[in-house]
Amino acid sequence: MSENVVLELKNIRKRFGPVQALKGVNFKLCEGEIHALMGENGAGKSTLIKVLTGVYTKDEGSIHMKGYDGDIAIHSPQEAQDAGISTVYQEITLCPNLSVAENMYIGRGKEIIQNWKKMNDNANKILESLDIPTSATTQLANCSIAVQQMVAIARAVDMDCKVLILDEPTSSLDDQEVAKLFKLMRDLKARGVGIIFVTHFLDQVYEVCDKITVLRDGVQEGEYKTEELPRLQLVSKMLGKEIDDLSDIKNDEAIMQDTNEENVIETNQLTSTSGISPLDFYIKKGEVNGFTGLLGSGRSECVRAIFGADKVVGGTIKKNGKLVKINKPIDAMKAGIAYLPEDRKVDGIIGDLSVRENIILALQVLEGFWKPFTRAEADDFAEKYIKLLGIKTASADTPIKSLSGGNQQKCIVARWLLTHPEYLILDEPTRGIDVGTKVDIQKLVLKLASEGMSITFISSETDEMLRTCSRLIVMRDRKVVGELTGSDLTQNKIMSVIAGGDK
Amino acid sequence: MKKNSFISKIAGNRILIPIVALLILAVFNFIADPSFFKITLGYNNLGNPVLSGYLITILDYGSELAILALGMTLVTAASGGQDISVGAAIAIAGSAMLRVLCGADGRAETLQTPIIVAFLIAVVIAMAFGAFNGILVAYFKIQPMIATLILFTAGRSIAAWINNNQLPIVNDQGFTVFGGFIPGIPIPTPFFIAAACVVVIMLVLKFTNLGLYTQAVGINESSSRLNGLNPEFIKFITFVILGICVAVAALIKVSRLSTINYSVIAKDIEMDAILAVALGGNSLSGGKFNMWASVLGAYVIQFLTTTLYKFNVQSDALPAYKAIVVIILVIISAPTVREWMGNMWTRMNEKKDAKEAKVNG
Repeated sequence: MSENVVLELKNIRKRFGPVQALKGVNFKLCEGEIHALMGENGAGKSTLIKVLTGVYTKDEGSIHMKGYDGDIAIHSPQEAQDAGISTVYQEITLCPNLSVAENMYIGRGKEIIQNWKKMNDNANKILESLDIPTSATTQLANCSIAVQQMVAIARAVDMDCKVLILDEPTSSLDDQEVAKLFKLMRDLKARGVGIIFVTHFLDQVYEVCDKITVLRDGVQEGEYKTEELPRLQLVSKMLGKEIDDLSDIKNDEAIMQDTNEENVIETNQLTSTSGISPLDFYIKKGEVNGFTGLLGSGRSECVRAIFGADKVVGGTIKKNGKLVKINKPIDAMKAGIAYLPEDRKVDGIIGDLSVRENIILALQVLEGFWKPFTRAEADDFAEKYIKLLGIKTASADTPIKSLSGGNQQKCIVARWLLTHPEYLILDEPTRGIDVGTKVDIQKLVLKLASEGMSITFISSETDEMLRTCSRLIVMRDRKVVGELTGSDLTQNKIMSVIAGGDK
Repeated sequence: MKKNSFISKIAGNRILIPIVALLILAVFNFIADPSFFKITLGYNNLGNPVLSGYLITILDYGSELAILALGMTLVTAASGGQDISVGAAIAIAGSAMLRVLCGADGRAETLQTPIIVAFLIAVVIAMAFGAFNGILVAYFKIQPMIATLILFTAGRSIAAWINNNQLPIVNDQGFTVFGGFIPGIPIPTPFFIAAACVVVIMLVLKFTNLGLYTQAVGINESSSRLNGLNPEFIKFITFVILGICVAVAALIKVSRLSTINYSVIAKDIEMDAILAVALGGNSLSGGKFNMWASVLGAYVIQFLTTTLYKFNVQSDALPAYKAIVVIILVIISAPTVREWMGNMWTRMNEKKDAKEAKVNG
């Protein structure tokens, strides 16, 4: 083991029942290095991280750390921490009702009596040294998500970690927050911490990472220096095939809507309890439009109001020119509106139910309480959409929670397609899912639109929206601040509209 | 290979837990005293043929538990909590039934109203109290155990108040049928009532979406709402359904004695009903359920109770023994233990496969 290698994994294997999740993975991490771990969903990233952090116990292979002889056995997250491996997960795993300092030191004191003053002082010192904009005694819930994420990192750093694992830390952060996080990561790198960075955002990989390791189907596809691996190459390595350039799918025909076409949905001064400014919005038949803006700018709140997911407090909605009353989601569904929510785990899947039940749920609710589908009907629906969308599942009976994120998302898409909506709202349908599925979903959106469905597509990744939408509505501070069409649909233009008003 | 998948299919099934528990109890009794299984045919004081024996007792008293378990399963699935007021609610429903049957002074020689009318009134009252619990849980978002604690505490007083603290006695022989025997049929009537209830609930589950809706709400309320469901109403309705079950159980309970003892009737039955749901392998925190397993669980609980009585365990000491069962149940249904058992199972299979491969090769 060479001098500056801090962590080395050799031939790690792990299986779950009949599924061999890791088939002998090798991985090497040096001191002061930010190393991206890339792969599609189901490639084994999460499993590898969990083996490393002691959540799972490996079946075979060895883990070597600098300063330890031979294989170190990691059986629990505690042992991983003791060895100097700290993890910050995608979901914040701190306690929101405790203070920042308490969160940093919780479960670590060996003393029975806690010296609160000392603890707060220490915490402040660390926060300062890492340039984290909060104080020790602030309650965590009052910090922004980004700061909470940073506190989790501060906690890890103070535990004297040699290896820091960041598992999708940026998926709920906006650009500015991401920039702050990256600064923190570079600071830590300068201190010699080895960082493993798991993310789905290619831009971010190229911004901060020194090396990239690609996993595919539970094996290491290769380790590359970032500058030697162009993006397209990376994607094709993750997918394991030469794919067409992603930019190939493009809204070429730029479905320029016929201005004579009637509005499918039209809202007038719509407001909801979430506090968006009154929304005037329309969408035409076969149109794909999108809401863009920074996180928290009110993108989701707009579509949630249209669907009745948040309580509507004012304004009207017209469908095909006729007024419709939408108070709850079922009203919207009856009006032919479908909504794929932003947070798949919380609002989308019904975890313990089977893929079949998850797919038929919305249509079943529309059919009504007294008309359950027969098993054969339900099977037909499920099989049809499993085939149509290429959902990878052992069977329609499998609980949806055991599917990978991308396949779960496809099930939810299937659920809404099954209701044959006239207007489909997709709120972040591609978040946290692999490149292959992203492309599938984008293609599907364009195909559905060409068949006459109206679609609103929301994504944090602007290029994705530029590829699919023919009209973008730009939001800032819960207000619509601009609308872009045609040749105005460029990254720069969007940025300038988002930034615009402050001048 | 085919056999394996069959076994693993059963192993993954919730109904395995009550079946195994039943087998263990049966084997234990068989070894300890085979006369446990003896059933004799005799005649009761009315001259009707009746079967008697421990197994018949289980069938008899397990039935009221099974009826309650039906409603309790739905409440558990949708709300992720349990109704601990069913015993008190039985006292209320039973008291109301007697009030209607015996009139104001409670000493009427003949029935004041037909039994069916009295029963329907009891059903309405029990549904109303179920609705009270349901509103607290669904609309005021109070923890089910806390919400139902109110009725648990107050219920028996309300029951006594309905009859001015008198103990009305029904003098009509026809009323004893529901908790006893139908003339000419030697099997206890509660079993038939329970069977009818099970058939009804199974038909409801088959011909409506009650099962899908309650499970969806229990697993993910927020997502259910976005799929057009009304989670509050679904939770509410499960408590009302449990109210119907309570009224049926009250009919059996009151019929057994032809009178009522407010402080003792259906005492601790809520714990047995909850235990039946748990023994059926259903998660007490809501979500997926298996109705058959709950019903079987109810009879297994009664099997356990009867076994303990047979071995002269004092009724005061019963809860301690049941607690042991609860502990075992909770442990084997804990995720860590399940995972461990799952691993053991696959490892055993692998070894077997390897051996077979060697033999074949």
